[in-house]
Amino acid sequence: MDPILSIQNLNLHYSGQHILKNINLSIPDRKITVLLGPSGCGKTSLLRCINRLTDLHEDVKLSGSIMMNGQDVLDRNMDVNELRRKTGLVSQRPYPLPMSIFDNVAYGMRIHGERRKSVLKEKVRHYLGKASLWDEVKDRLNEPAGRLSIGQQQRLCIARGLAVEPEIILADEPTSALDPMSSRSIEEEFVRLKKDYAVIMVTHILRQARRIADHVVFIYMGEIVEQAPAEEFFSNPKEERTRMYLEGLFN
Amino acid sequence: MKTKEAEERVMLWIMRFAALSIVLVLGLIILSILIRGLPSLSWDMISQIPKGGFYYGKEGGILNAIIGSLYLSAGATLLAMIIGIPAALYINVYAARHDRMAAAARFFLDLLWGVPSIVYGAFAFSMMILLGMRTSLLAGIVTVALFILPIMIRAIDEVLRSVSPGLSEASYALGATRTQTAFRVLVKQTMPGIITAILLSFGRAIGDAAAVLFTTGYTDHIPTSPDQPAATLPLAIFFQLSSPIPEVRDRAFAAAVVLTLIILIISLLARWLSHKYEKRRIKF
Amino acid sequence: MRPFSKIRDKAAWLWMLGSMVLVLIVPVLIAYGLIAKSTPLFQDNLIVDILMGSDWKPVRGSFGFLPFIAGSVYVTLMALLIATPLCLLTAIYLTHYARKRTLRLMHPIIDILAGIPSVVYGVWGILVIVPLVSDTIAPMFGVSTSGYTLLSGALVLAVMIIPFILNIMIEVMRSIPEELTESSMALGATRWQSVKKVIMRKAAPGLASAVVFGLSRAFGETIAVLMVIGNVPKVPASVFDPAYPLPSLIANNYGEMLSIPRYDAALMFAALILFVIVLLFNLASRFFITRYEMKQKGTLK
Repeated sequence: MDPILSIQNLNLHYSGQHILKNINLSIPDRKITVLLGPSGCGKTSLLRCINRLTDLHEDVKLSGSIMMNGQDVLDRNMDVNELRRKTGLVSQRPYPLPMSIFDNVAYGMRIHGERRKSVLKEKVRHYLGKASLWDEVKDRLNEPAGRLSIGQQQRLCIARGLAVEPEIILADEPTSALDPMSSRSIEEEFVRLKKDYAVIMVTHILRQARRIADHVVFIYMGEIVEQAPAEEFFSNPKEERTRMYLEGLFN
Repeated sequence: MKTKEAEERVMLWIMRFAALSIVLVLGLIILSILIRGLPSLSWDMISQIPKGGFYYGKEGGILNAIIGSLYLSAGATLLAMIIGIPAALYINVYAARHDRMAAAARFFLDLLWGVPSIVYGAFAFSMMILLGMRTSLLAGIVTVALFILPIMIRAIDEVLRSVSPGLSEASYALGATRTQTAFRVLVKQTMPGIITAILLSFGRAIGDAAAVLFTTGYTDHIPTSPDQPAATLPLAIFFQLSSPIPEVRDRAFAAAVVLTLIILIISLLARWLSHKYEKRRIKF
Repeated sequence: MRPFSKIRDKAAWLWMLGSMVLVLIVPVLIAYGLIAKSTPLFQDNLIVDILMGSDWKPVRGSFGFLPFIAGSVYVTLMALLIATPLCLLTAIYLTHYARKRTLRLMHPIIDILAGIPSVVYGVWGILVIVPLVSDTIAPMFGVSTSGYTLLSGALVLAVMIIPFILNIMIEVMRSIPEELTESSMALGATRWQSVKKVIMRKAAPGLASAVVFGLSRAFGETIAVLMVIGNVPKVPASVFDPAYPLPSLIANNYGEMLSIPRYDAALMFAALILFVIVLLFNLASRFFITRYEMKQKGTLK
């Protein structure tokens, strides 16, 4: 199967520091690709290159290419807003927008020009359902999103991201602010989502990677050390540094 | 989808224009005052007191107002310090234990922050009538001190609050009393910040006209004791500007240059000090 | 501990406490003094007549405050109308669009603007704004005026309150987590859409408090406005009419207030109005800030 995303010779410099070094990577569709590595290794930066959130910072230099649907994401003429619509982001902690639950999910659709009430209603319901939140919030759609529990907020953020109909979901340690119970349910959520989307998830939790990864990319000090299908990666790592990391000798 | 990008671009230009206009206005203010005032500014003007016929455009200067303003602001700042520094320390050392009390004091001071100086002036004037006092430097000093007190206390409070609680705790742990902690640790640690706050209050005092209008009076002499009236720079500008004689009006603009320069120096000094303070502060 | 240092400690404590008490008592004294001084005004005038009357003839004992209240309200609102959008746009630009260096460069500029004495603003108003109004703006509308108008007062006042409003607005905008903007932009919103629909909404109470704060500053500003606004005790009918705000009334007439019966009471009443209104505005501003902080905590939890 063709990869949905292929990254070639990606380099990222940030205020003089070489953050990502020569990244080459292919992301398969409808699988969970886990970017694994100790904190500060550059995995979050890699994620932010894919939807060009790196643009929001001064002093960022990018080179190489990220091909998606035959288009280079890093191309200057790329429609960044359209790109970001196609790549849903789930961040480390939920940041619900300061509006009602309904409006949070409808926000992205409205941004992209959907005005019809009936369509919005239907889709909000659909995507809240997809994020397994509908049953909990269907009677309080007009309440401010800030009143939800933090686990619910994270699922709301997933629904919000799904509602703009992305092709890839980028998840940046999506469970790091959650309690173990909510973490588990978010993990299960991603396993369900991979039926329809390509998922790229950043994590530094080994056990989480073991539980849900189809494909693992191990990043250390801005370089890809090893990438392999999950089973192979965990049972038979080829690189010395991978082995050390798996044995917990890094953190 | 092109509309939202167009909106983005248009808004960006409007915002740039807004920011630029603020910068330009500042430039315009300083420039227009300098252009109009500098030609009439002479050494005589800042080194002499008004002579006979001064208000008809004859010889003399505004030394009386410069000295009067410095006396007044220095006096008011000093008086405000005597009350303001301990009050700010009180909020941060004693009331800090009862967080509610500190919050209440801050709330109260915030309410007072914006009370216009003319209200202080009017109130002080009515008190002076009640007590049978005449306008004097002392009355002006007290009035202006009351007016800048809330400003000074809140500014010092902000500085003191930025000190980590760990520092005071370390001091208590060494057996220091609250007072010792307040003066020897807090004040010492935040000295440049406190001086900045004091300088800013001084700037407010020297620039204020409404509170001194009623209380300090105006005179052509340099006051030799606090019970004499005193001239002040803002009022010197204000009075001379309302004169129909061009030479007198010229001097008002020159006096405005003097006042602006004093304020600029104070504000640059304050900036420089607070910059230094940022660097020197112990961080935890 | 040595007994001497114990005494010293006690003395220092008393000094601090005394200072604090003094600071808290002064405003109460002011309020009491102003009320006591202004009561004679109400001996044979109804408060409604005083607040709503527009006849101002102190010599004949008629004190209608409407022209002054109207003057104050008009000039303050107009100044806010000019200053608020400028500040809002600049604050958004500096916090969301400009380079960090630009923001650092703007800080001293804002500080200097805030520090310029009000009499200097007045001088500038006479030098630049008054001629601008009389020679350029008024003729554009086919009006001829001396330039000492409500509009001039509002323009000068607007420039004066810009640094105060702008400073708070920048602080408010900076306190909003960057990730919120990112969340919105990650959904494909442009920066402006994110600012308009998400950031402004989140910042609304803080921004409102900044405006109310500016309002209270503008309301009490005396000398600068007095110098350019014309000071005619009539309710202005257009922006090209002169006006006469409350602070100017007090400042212009303190000299003669003792020679006319009850004039002093009237002026103290004007001061009382200023005092009370500014306190109310500050209270409102605090209210918005508290709501803003609560909102911040509520969503972050």
